[in-house]
Amino acid sequence: MCGTCGCGTDGNGPIILKPGEHKHMHSHNEHHHHDGHSHSHHDHSHEHKHKVLEIEQDILQNNQVLAARNRGYFEAKNIFALNLVSSPGSGKTSLLERTLADLKDEIPFYVIEGDQQTLNDANRIDALDIPVIQINTGKGCHLESDMVYDAVKKLEMQNDSILMIENVGNLVCPSMFDLGESKRVVIISTTEGEDKPIKYPDMFHTSDICIINKIDLLPYVNIDVNKLKNYALQVNPNLQFFEVSATTGDGMEAWYKWLKSKKQKAKSLKPHIKFKR
Amino acid sequence: MHELSIALGIVKIAEDETAKVNAEKVTKIELEIGVLSGIEIDSLNFVWKSAVQDSVLEKAEKEIIIIEGRGKCIDCDTEFDMENIYDCCPNCNSNFKGILKGKELKVKALEVI
Repeated sequence: MCGTCGCGTDGNGPIILKPGEHKHMHSHNEHHHHDGHSHSHHDHSHEHKHKVLEIEQDILQNNQVLAARNRGYFEAKNIFALNLVSSPGSGKTSLLERTLADLKDEIPFYVIEGDQQTLNDANRIDALDIPVIQINTGKGCHLESDMVYDAVKKLEMQNDSILMIENVGNLVCPSMFDLGESKRVVIISTTEGEDKPIKYPDMFHTSDICIINKIDLLPYVNIDVNKLKNYALQVNPNLQFFEVSATTGDGMEAWYKWLKSKKQKAKSLKPHIKFKR
Repeated sequence: MHELSIALGIVKIAEDETAKVNAEKVTKIELEIGVLSGIEIDSLNFVWKSAVQDSVLEKAEKEIIIIEGRGKCIDCDTEFDMENIYDCCPNCNSNFKGILKGKELKVKALEVI
Protein backbone atom coordinates (compact mmCIF):
# COMPACT_ATOMS: atom_id res chain seq x y z
CA MET A 1 0.00 0.00 0.00
CA CYS A 2 1.13 3.51 -0.68
CA GLY A 3 2.73 4.92 2.46
CA THR A 4 1.55 8.45 1.84
CA CYS A 5 -2.15 8.05 1.47
CA GLY A 6 -2.88 4.35 1.76
CA CYS A 7 -4.46 4.23 -1.66
CA GLY A 8 -2.84 1.05 -2.87
CA THR A 9 -0.89 2.05 -5.97
CA ASP A 10 2.87 1.98 -6.41
CA GLY A 11 2.87 -1.62 -7.56
CA ASN A 12 0.46 -2.85 -4.94
CA GLY A 13 -2.70 -1.73 -6.69
CA PRO A 14 -4.66 -4.06 -8.90
CA ILE A 15 -2.71 -5.31 -11.88
CA ILE A 16 -4.68 -6.67 -14.81
CA LEU A 17 -2.79 -9.09 -17.03
CA LYS A 18 -3.27 -11.62 -19.77
CA PRO A 19 -1.19 -14.80 -19.52
CA GLY A 20 2.21 -14.03 -21.05
CA GLU A 21 2.08 -10.35 -20.25
CA HIS A 22 4.72 -8.86 -18.00
CA LYS A 23 4.03 -7.24 -14.74
CA HIS A 24 5.29 -3.67 -14.66
CA MET A 25 6.81 -2.77 -11.38
CA HIS A 26 5.29 0.66 -11.42
CA SER A 27 1.77 1.61 -12.15
CA HIS A 28 0.88 3.51 -15.29
CA ASN A 29 -1.76 5.41 -13.43
CA GLU A 30 -0.42 8.71 -12.41
CA HIS A 31 -0.70 9.30 -8.78
CA HIS A 32 -0.26 12.74 -7.42
CA HIS A 33 0.32 13.57 -3.84
CA HIS A 34 0.19 16.88 -2.19
CA ASP A 35 3.86 17.31 -1.64
CA GLY A 36 3.66 19.08 1.63
CA HIS A 37 3.40 22.67 0.39
CA SER A 38 0.25 24.10 1.84
CA HIS A 39 -2.26 26.21 0.02
CA SER A 40 -1.35 29.85 0.38
CA HIS A 41 -3.62 31.50 2.84
CA HIS A 42 -5.08 34.88 2.16
CA ASP A 43 -3.72 37.70 4.23
CA HIS A 44 -7.00 39.45 4.61
CA SER A 45 -9.09 38.05 7.41
CA HIS A 46 -12.33 36.35 6.68
CA GLU A 47 -14.62 34.26 8.79
CA HIS A 48 -14.44 30.53 8.41
CA LYS A 49 -18.02 29.43 8.43
CA HIS A 50 -19.03 25.98 9.41
CA LYS A 51 -21.42 24.46 6.97
CA VAL A 52 -23.26 21.19 7.45
CA LEU A 53 -23.74 19.07 4.36
CA GLU A 54 -26.49 16.48 4.79
CA ILE A 55 -25.33 14.19 2.05
CA GLU A 56 -26.78 10.79 3.06
CA GLN A 57 -24.55 9.02 0.56
CA ASP A 58 -24.08 5.28 0.45
CA ILE A 59 -20.39 4.51 0.94
CA LEU A 60 -20.49 1.67 -1.58
CA GLN A 61 -22.18 3.85 -4.17
CA ASN A 62 -19.16 4.09 -6.47
CA ASN A 63 -18.81 0.33 -6.55
CA GLN A 64 -22.52 -0.12 -7.13
CA VAL A 65 -22.65 2.36 -10.00
CA LEU A 66 -19.87 0.57 -11.87
CA ALA A 67 -21.38 -2.82 -11.01
CA ALA A 68 -24.63 -1.65 -12.60
CA ARG A 69 -22.66 -0.58 -15.64
CA ASN A 70 -21.05 -4.03 -15.87
CA ARG A 71 -24.45 -5.68 -15.43
CA GLY A 72 -25.95 -3.60 -18.23
CA TYR A 73 -23.08 -4.55 -20.52
CA PHE A 74 -23.54 -8.25 -19.72
CA GLU A 75 -27.29 -8.05 -20.32
CA ALA A 76 -26.90 -6.24 -23.60
CA LYS A 77 -24.47 -8.88 -24.84
CA ASN A 78 -26.47 -11.73 -23.30
CA ILE A 79 -23.52 -12.77 -21.16
CA PHE A 80 -24.33 -14.84 -18.07
CA ALA A 81 -21.79 -13.72 -15.46
CA LEU A 82 -20.98 -15.68 -12.31
CA ASN A 83 -19.04 -14.43 -9.30
CA LEU A 84 -17.35 -17.43 -7.64
CA VAL A 85 -16.51 -16.87 -3.98
CA SER A 86 -15.09 -19.12 -1.26
CA SER A 87 -12.33 -19.46 1.28
CA PRO A 88 -8.89 -20.26 -0.15
CA GLY A 89 -8.49 -23.93 -1.01
CA SER A 90 -12.13 -24.94 -1.40
CA GLY A 91 -11.52 -25.81 -5.06
CA LYS A 92 -12.78 -22.83 -7.06
CA THR A 93 -10.11 -23.14 -9.72
CA SER A 94 -10.39 -26.95 -9.93
CA LEU A 95 -14.16 -26.69 -10.30
CA LEU A 96 -13.67 -24.08 -12.98
CA GLU A 97 -11.07 -26.18 -14.84
CA ARG A 98 -13.34 -29.23 -14.88
CA THR A 99 -16.39 -27.22 -15.95
CA LEU A 100 -14.53 -25.46 -18.75
CA ALA A 101 -12.91 -28.66 -20.02
CA ASP A 102 -16.27 -30.48 -20.13
CA LEU A 103 -18.41 -27.68 -21.58
CA LYS A 104 -16.12 -25.56 -23.73
CA ASP A 105 -17.28 -27.17 -26.96
CA GLU A 106 -20.90 -26.24 -26.18
CA ILE A 107 -20.58 -22.84 -24.52
CA PRO A 108 -18.17 -19.96 -25.17
CA PHE A 109 -16.53 -19.17 -21.82
CA TYR A 110 -14.47 -16.27 -20.54
CA VAL A 111 -12.69 -16.14 -17.20
CA ILE A 112 -11.49 -13.38 -14.89
CA GLU A 113 -9.15 -14.63 -12.16
CA GLY A 114 -8.70 -12.65 -8.96
CA ASP A 115 -5.73 -13.32 -6.69
CA GLN A 116 -3.42 -11.17 -4.63
CA GLN A 117 -0.38 -12.35 -6.56
CA THR A 118 0.78 -14.55 -9.45
CA LEU A 119 -0.56 -15.57 -12.84
CA ASN A 120 -0.83 -19.21 -11.73
CA ASP A 121 -4.60 -19.51 -11.94
CA ALA A 122 -4.79 -17.68 -15.26
CA ASN A 123 -2.15 -20.04 -16.63
CA ARG A 124 -4.24 -23.03 -15.55
CA ILE A 125 -7.25 -21.63 -17.44
CA ASP A 126 -5.13 -20.54 -20.40
CA ALA A 127 -3.95 -24.15 -20.75
CA LEU A 128 -7.56 -25.00 -21.67
CA ASP A 129 -7.57 -22.36 -24.45
CA ILE A 130 -10.14 -20.22 -22.67
CA PRO A 131 -9.68 -16.43 -22.86
CA VAL A 132 -8.64 -15.31 -19.39
CA ILE A 133 -7.56 -12.16 -17.59
CA GLN A 134 -5.77 -12.19 -14.26
CA ILE A 135 -6.38 -9.41 -11.77
CA ASN A 136 -3.71 -9.21 -9.07
CA THR A 137 -5.16 -7.17 -6.26
CA GLY A 138 -1.83 -6.72 -4.47
CA LYS A 139 -2.77 -6.25 -0.82
CA GLY A 140 -6.45 -6.08 -1.74
CA CYS A 141 -8.62 -8.81 -0.27
CA HIS A 142 -11.45 -8.77 -2.82
CA LEU A 143 -12.36 -7.75 -6.35
CA GLU A 144 -14.25 -4.51 -6.94
CA SER A 145 -16.46 -3.60 -9.86
CA ASP A 146 -13.95 -1.15 -11.41
CA MET A 147 -11.33 -3.92 -11.68
CA VAL A 148 -13.86 -6.17 -13.42
CA TYR A 149 -14.82 -3.26 -15.67
CA ASP A 150 -11.20 -2.87 -16.78
CA ALA A 151 -10.71 -6.62 -17.19
CA VAL A 152 -13.89 -6.96 -19.23
CA LYS A 153 -12.65 -4.31 -21.64
CA LYS A 154 -9.54 -6.41 -22.24
CA LEU A 155 -11.49 -9.63 -22.74
CA GLU A 156 -13.49 -8.48 -25.80
CA MET A 157 -16.21 -11.03 -25.19
CA GLN A 158 -18.56 -12.31 -27.84
CA ASN A 159 -22.33 -12.33 -27.32
CA ASP A 160 -24.24 -15.29 -25.82
CA SER A 161 -21.44 -16.51 -23.59
CA ILE A 162 -20.69 -17.22 -19.94
CA LEU A 163 -18.23 -15.19 -17.88
CA MET A 164 -16.75 -16.81 -14.78
CA ILE A 165 -15.25 -14.36 -12.31
CA GLU A 166 -13.15 -16.17 -9.70
CA ASN A 167 -12.90 -13.84 -6.74
CA VAL A 168 -10.02 -13.66 -4.29
CA GLY A 169 -10.19 -16.63 -1.89
CA ASN A 170 -11.73 -14.97 1.15
CA LEU A 171 -15.07 -15.69 2.77
CA VAL A 172 -15.50 -12.23 4.29
CA CYS A 173 -14.59 -9.22 2.22
CA PRO A 174 -15.90 -10.05 -1.28
CA SER A 175 -19.44 -10.32 0.08
CA MET A 176 -19.90 -6.55 0.18
CA PHE A 177 -18.78 -5.84 -3.36
CA ASP A 178 -21.22 -6.34 -6.20
CA LEU A 179 -19.30 -6.90 -9.44
CA GLY A 180 -22.33 -6.80 -11.72
CA GLU A 181 -22.68 -10.58 -11.81
CA SER A 182 -25.90 -12.35 -12.78
CA LYS A 183 -25.53 -14.85 -9.95
CA ARG A 184 -23.16 -15.27 -7.03
CA VAL A 185 -21.88 -18.79 -6.33
CA VAL A 186 -20.36 -19.65 -2.97
CA ILE A 187 -18.22 -22.79 -2.85
CA ILE A 188 -17.58 -24.72 0.33
CA SER A 189 -15.71 -27.99 0.58
CA THR A 190 -16.34 -30.99 2.81
CA THR A 191 -13.00 -30.42 4.55
CA GLU A 192 -14.37 -27.20 6.02
CA GLY A 193 -16.57 -27.03 9.12
CA GLU A 194 -20.31 -27.48 8.68
CA ASP A 195 -20.98 -24.32 10.69
CA LYS A 196 -19.12 -22.09 8.24
CA PRO A 197 -22.35 -20.56 6.89
CA ILE A 198 -23.19 -19.09 10.27
CA LYS A 199 -19.59 -18.17 11.02
CA TYR A 200 -19.38 -16.21 7.78
CA PRO A 201 -23.04 -15.40 7.19
CA ASP A 202 -22.64 -12.39 4.90
CA MET A 203 -21.21 -14.43 2.06
CA PHE A 204 -23.96 -17.04 2.23
CA HIS A 205 -26.58 -14.34 2.62
CA THR A 206 -25.57 -12.61 -0.61
CA SER A 207 -25.09 -15.78 -2.71
CA ASP A 208 -27.64 -17.48 -4.94
CA ILE A 209 -25.96 -20.85 -5.38
CA CYS A 210 -23.97 -22.98 -2.95
CA ILE A 211 -21.67 -25.64 -4.36
CA ILE A 212 -20.47 -28.24 -1.88
CA ASN A 213 -17.20 -29.52 -3.34
CA LYS A 214 -14.95 -32.50 -2.54
CA ILE A 215 -17.83 -34.92 -1.86
CA ASP A 216 -15.43 -37.74 -2.81
CA LEU A 217 -13.76 -37.12 0.57
CA LEU A 218 -16.96 -37.66 2.58
CA PRO A 219 -15.94 -41.13 3.85
CA TYR A 220 -12.78 -39.64 5.35
CA VAL A 221 -13.97 -36.40 6.88
CA ASN A 222 -16.18 -35.70 9.82
CA ILE A 223 -18.89 -33.50 8.34
CA ASP A 224 -22.67 -33.73 8.25
CA VAL A 225 -23.68 -32.30 4.87
CA ASN A 226 -27.33 -31.95 5.91
CA LYS A 227 -26.29 -29.92 8.92
CA LEU A 228 -24.17 -27.72 6.67
CA LYS A 229 -27.13 -27.19 4.34
CA ASN A 230 -29.44 -26.36 7.23
CA TYR A 231 -27.01 -23.77 8.55
CA ALA A 232 -26.75 -22.28 5.07
CA LEU A 233 -30.54 -22.21 4.66
CA GLN A 234 -30.86 -20.53 8.03
CA VAL A 235 -28.74 -17.69 6.66
CA ASN A 236 -30.32 -17.70 3.22
CA PRO A 237 -33.47 -19.79 2.67
CA ASN A 238 -33.30 -19.18 -1.09
CA LEU A 239 -29.94 -20.92 -1.62
CA GLN A 240 -29.81 -23.63 -4.25
CA PHE A 241 -27.27 -26.46 -3.68
CA PHE A 242 -25.07 -28.61 -5.86
CA GLU A 243 -22.98 -31.39 -4.34
CA VAL A 244 -19.98 -32.17 -6.51
CA SER A 245 -16.47 -33.48 -6.71
CA ALA A 246 -14.40 -31.49 -9.17
CA THR A 247 -11.76 -34.23 -8.94
CA THR A 248 -13.88 -37.29 -9.77
CA GLY A 249 -16.66 -35.49 -11.65
CA ASP A 250 -19.40 -36.78 -9.33
CA GLY A 251 -22.46 -34.53 -9.28
CA MET A 252 -21.11 -32.22 -11.98
CA GLU A 253 -23.94 -33.08 -14.41
CA ALA A 254 -26.55 -31.26 -12.29
CA TRP A 255 -24.34 -28.17 -12.17
CA TYR A 256 -23.79 -28.33 -15.94
CA LYS A 257 -27.53 -28.70 -16.53
CA TRP A 258 -28.16 -25.59 -14.45
CA LEU A 259 -25.44 -23.64 -16.30
CA LYS A 260 -26.86 -24.61 -19.69
CA SER A 261 -30.42 -23.77 -18.63
CA LYS A 262 -29.29 -20.33 -17.46
CA LYS A 263 -27.54 -19.65 -20.71
CA GLN A 264 -30.58 -20.69 -22.72
CA LYS A 265 -32.89 -18.71 -20.51
CA ALA A 266 -30.78 -15.63 -20.96
CA LYS A 267 -31.11 -16.13 -24.69
CA SER A 268 -34.90 -16.55 -24.66
CA LEU A 269 -35.24 -13.47 -22.51
CA LYS A 270 -33.71 -11.36 -25.21
CA PRO A 271 -36.44 -8.95 -26.17
CA HIS A 272 -37.73 -8.82 -29.68
CA ILE A 273 -39.10 -5.35 -29.61
CA LYS A 274 -40.90 -3.93 -32.57
CA PHE A 275 -41.39 -0.26 -32.63
CA LYS A 276 -44.78 0.98 -33.72
CA ARG A 277 -45.30 4.39 -35.08
CA MET B 1 -9.76 -6.17 5.71
CA HIS B 2 -12.37 -4.60 3.44
CA GLU B 3 -12.73 -1.85 6.02
CA LEU B 4 -9.76 -0.14 4.34
CA SER B 5 -11.67 -0.01 1.05
CA ILE B 6 -14.66 1.34 2.94
CA ALA B 7 -12.53 3.99 4.67
CA LEU B 8 -11.03 5.05 1.33
CA GLY B 9 -14.54 5.21 -0.12
CA ILE B 10 -15.49 7.57 2.71
CA VAL B 11 -12.43 9.73 2.00
CA LYS B 12 -13.41 9.95 -1.67
CA ILE B 13 -16.95 11.04 -0.81
CA ALA B 14 -15.63 13.64 1.63
CA GLU B 15 -13.10 14.97 -0.91
CA ASP B 16 -15.78 15.24 -3.63
CA GLU B 17 -18.38 16.91 -1.42
CA THR B 18 -15.87 19.34 0.06
CA ALA B 19 -14.69 20.35 -3.40
CA LYS B 20 -18.29 20.91 -4.55
CA VAL B 21 -18.84 23.65 -1.97
CA ASN B 22 -15.28 25.01 -2.15
CA ALA B 23 -14.64 24.18 1.47
CA GLU B 24 -11.16 23.63 2.83
CA LYS B 25 -11.63 20.72 5.16
CA VAL B 26 -14.07 18.64 7.12
CA THR B 27 -14.37 19.28 10.84
CA LYS B 28 -16.84 16.53 11.58
CA ILE B 29 -18.16 13.52 9.75
CA GLU B 30 -21.24 11.52 10.68
CA LEU B 31 -21.42 7.92 9.55
CA GLU B 32 -24.37 5.58 9.78
CA ILE B 33 -23.36 1.94 10.07
CA GLY B 34 -25.81 -0.88 10.57
CA VAL B 35 -24.92 -3.89 12.71
CA LEU B 36 -25.78 -6.18 9.77
CA SER B 37 -23.72 -4.21 7.23
CA GLY B 38 -20.68 -6.47 7.41
CA ILE B 39 -18.40 -3.77 8.79
CA GLU B 40 -16.40 -4.24 11.97
CA ILE B 41 -16.33 -0.85 13.68
CA ASP B 42 -13.07 -1.75 15.45
CA SER B 43 -11.40 -2.56 12.13
CA LEU B 44 -12.69 0.67 10.61
CA ASN B 45 -11.29 2.64 13.54
CA PHE B 46 -8.01 0.78 13.15
CA VAL B 47 -7.51 1.77 9.49
CA TRP B 48 -9.04 5.22 9.83
CA LYS B 49 -5.89 7.14 10.70
CA SER B 50 -3.88 5.93 7.75
CA ALA B 51 -6.85 6.22 5.37
CA VAL B 52 -7.57 9.88 6.16
CA GLN B 53 -3.95 11.01 6.22
CA ASP B 54 -3.36 14.01 3.91
CA SER B 55 -7.05 14.22 3.07
CA VAL B 56 -9.78 16.73 3.99
CA LEU B 57 -10.75 14.30 6.74
CA GLU B 58 -7.37 14.28 8.47
CA LYS B 59 -8.49 16.46 11.37
CA ALA B 60 -12.17 15.61 11.29
CA GLU B 61 -14.02 14.34 14.31
CA LYS B 62 -15.69 11.05 13.45
CA GLU B 63 -19.08 10.14 14.80
CA ILE B 64 -20.49 6.69 14.11
CA ILE B 65 -24.21 6.23 14.51
CA ILE B 66 -24.87 2.52 14.93
CA ILE B 67 -28.15 1.30 13.51
CA GLU B 68 -29.57 -1.78 15.21
CA GLY B 69 -30.92 -4.62 13.10
CA ARG B 70 -34.64 -5.11 12.56
CA GLY B 71 -36.40 -7.67 10.41
CA LYS B 72 -39.94 -8.59 9.40
CA CYS B 73 -41.02 -12.19 9.00
CA ILE B 74 -42.38 -12.96 5.54
CA ASP B 75 -44.50 -15.83 6.85
CA CYS B 76 -46.23 -14.27 9.89
CA ASP B 77 -45.47 -10.52 9.58
CA THR B 78 -43.85 -10.33 13.03
CA GLU B 79 -41.31 -7.53 13.36
CA PHE B 80 -38.27 -8.38 15.48
CA ASP B 81 -34.81 -7.19 16.52
CA MET B 82 -31.89 -8.82 14.70
CA GLU B 83 -28.35 -9.25 15.99
CA ASN B 84 -27.23 -11.60 13.24
CA ILE B 85 -28.19 -11.89 9.64
CA TYR B 86 -29.33 -15.50 10.26
CA ASP B 87 -31.70 -14.75 13.17
CA CYS B 88 -35.04 -16.42 12.56
CA CYS B 89 -38.50 -15.18 13.45
CA PRO B 90 -39.03 -15.47 17.23
CA ASN B 91 -42.72 -16.13 16.68
CA CYS B 92 -42.80 -18.86 14.00
CA ASN B 93 -39.08 -19.74 13.54
CA SER B 94 -39.21 -18.99 9.80
CA ASN B 95 -35.92 -18.04 8.12
CA PHE B 96 -37.73 -16.00 5.47
CA LYS B 97 -37.55 -12.38 6.44
CA GLY B 98 -37.03 -8.95 5.06
CA ILE B 99 -34.33 -6.83 6.69
CA LEU B 100 -35.88 -3.49 7.57
CA LYS B 101 -32.87 -1.88 9.23
CA GLY B 102 -29.25 -2.65 9.99
CA LYS B 103 -27.67 -2.85 6.51
CA GLU B 104 -26.89 0.89 6.42
CA LEU B 105 -23.44 2.03 5.35
CA LYS B 106 -23.69 5.76 4.77
CA VAL B 107 -22.01 9.08 5.10
CA LYS B 108 -24.87 10.94 6.72
CA ALA B 109 -23.43 14.42 7.06
CA LEU B 110 -20.25 16.45 6.83
CA GLU B 111 -19.44 19.62 8.70
CA VAL B 112 -17.07 21.62 6.53
CA ILE B 113 -15.16 24.83 6.95
